Amino acid sequence: MENQFTGSDKSVLARLSSVTHHYGSILALDGLDLEVRQGEVLGVLGPNGAGKTTAINLLLGNLRVQQGSVSVFGQDPGALQVRERRGAMLQVSGISGNLTVRENIELFSSYYPAPLAVAKLLSMAGLEDLSGRRFGKLSGGQKQRVMFALALAGDPELLFLDEPTTGLDVDARHRLWDEIRTLEVTAVLSTHNMAEVDALADRVIVIHHGQRIADGTPTEIKSLAAGRLVRCVTCTLPDEIKQLPGVIQAKVRGRHLEVQTTLPEDLVRNLLARDEELVDLTVEAVDLENAFLSLTKESP
Amino acid sequence: MTLDRRIRVYLLEAHFQFIDVLREPLFSIPVLAFPLVFYLFFGVILNFGGTSMPMPTYLLATYGVFGILGPALFNFGAGLATERDTGVLLLKQTTPMPVGAYFSAKITTALIFGATVVSALFLIAAYTAGVTLHPWQWIALAGVLLAGVVPFCALGLAIGAWVKGRSAVAIVNLIFLPMSMLSGLWIPIYVFGDFMQNMALVLPAYHHAQLALKVIGMDSGQPILLHVIVLAGQTFIFMIVAALGFRRAGGFSIRKS
Repeated sequence: MENQFTGSDKSVLARLSSVTHHYGSILALDGLDLEVRQGEVLGVLGPNGAGKTTAINLLLGNLRVQQGSVSVFGQDPGALQVRERRGAMLQVSGISGNLTVRENIELFSSYYPAPLAVAKLLSMAGLEDLSGRRFGKLSGGQKQRVMFALALAGDPELLFLDEPTTGLDVDARHRLWDEIRTLEVTAVLSTHNMAEVDALADRVIVIHHGQRIADGTPTEIKSLAAGRLVRCVTCTLPDEIKQLPGVIQAKVRGRHLEVQTTLPEDLVRNLLARDEELVDLTVEAVDLENAFLSLTKESP
Repeated sequence: MTLDRRIRVYLLEAHFQFIDVLREPLFSIPVLAFPLVFYLFFGVILNFGGTSMPMPTYLLATYGVFGILGPALFNFGAGLATERDTGVLLLKQTTPMPVGAYFSAKITTALIFGATVVSALFLIAAYTAGVTLHPWQWIALAGVLLAGVVPFCALGLAIGAWVKGRSAVAIVNLIFLPMSMLSGLWIPIYVFGDFMQNMALVLPAYHHAQLALKVIGMDSGQPILLHVIVLAGQTFIFMIVAALGFRRAGGFSIRKS
């Protein structure tokens, strides 16, 4: 395997190359490639079970690499020098509940060679008023802000945020987004929430069944899920309507014609005019999951 | 990592783990109070007459073992299992924290709790139960009791490496309470029949109790070396069992779910 961290490649802080990972007989990652470039917030988007957390745990050195290669700062992801330069917010259900917010932060700060001041961490995470409260007594949103402060304790150059707002209500989510946005740090953000990627990421890769199925800006990825999905049983073929205004993609799945369009009313009128026998018509929002599915179908 | 930073991490980790446990009344009260209350009740108040041995002295040694066993099993077994389940151990593993700091903090916490129980037992024994020992016996008894932290923490580690957080306390109790009883920690082992006494030979708490009783001349008469070898062997086996548990989980802290 080539050395992936030499000369011209300095802007890549972390990389997965052709990584395949199994849990027993379950395939979690299937030849995944991923690069984290200096200064960007990379969104890793995918439905639950797509392999996001596996990818993050490999980048954190929490899982042994089975196939392919993983490097962070050009080193083994578990190396001490790597751990000193990065921070992570993982899907953790709790830290020491009987310790106060300040005590937990003090403890994690002690692990790092050049930690941020505890007072600064409290203010960055909006925890000044809660510093003396026991972690176990906090709300879900407050707990996540503590986890955020812990991730920043070592003043990291690279930050991992694994589903940072899962389970939070809208207010708590937006508050945490605001705090993440004020940082100037390279970050990897895994989420199944398109809005989260839209709010925070500069670049997005979409993972499905352990494979990368799309890579682009949040706007590009979002357009994949734009408009409405029109389904019906008809003799009209996808090619006949692909050129209609508003149509993003059209294909046959099973007995149904499936068309993604930004102008569903026009499309439906057109379809009905073409085929009087048309039946089983539905129009629904395109959720990300559907967009993922169509992407997987089309990728070779 | 520089040496003074390393020392600071070890100290802070131990300090905060200790505070965390101390503030958990469901842990600290039973672990601290049970041996003391049981000793007061069975050793001092009930003080069965008619046996050849002075009961308060005998039970001081065995409740001392009980007092060391509890914190070691609960702190390591239940504590480790819970922290693996919640993911906090995984989170700590991603930081530069030396793994040794985490485990040494667990041992230190068990040791401090154990030492507290033993000190309180000694005070009760000396001032309310009229136990008289040579100064060297007090010291040797304390030393032998505290050394029990080693095999018992290893047992706790083995449990914590295999069980799930939610069931950990129940499983620890299923080991802790019957083993205490069958090792003769609550009621002297010689009260049991031969069969039960032979069964006890497989229990680490039995061998530890015999070593403690040896200090005050009340053991069953087996050689010291036997007890030491059994305890060392079992400690080794517990470590292997723990290592297998961690390996099965895919790392020392990856959640199984």
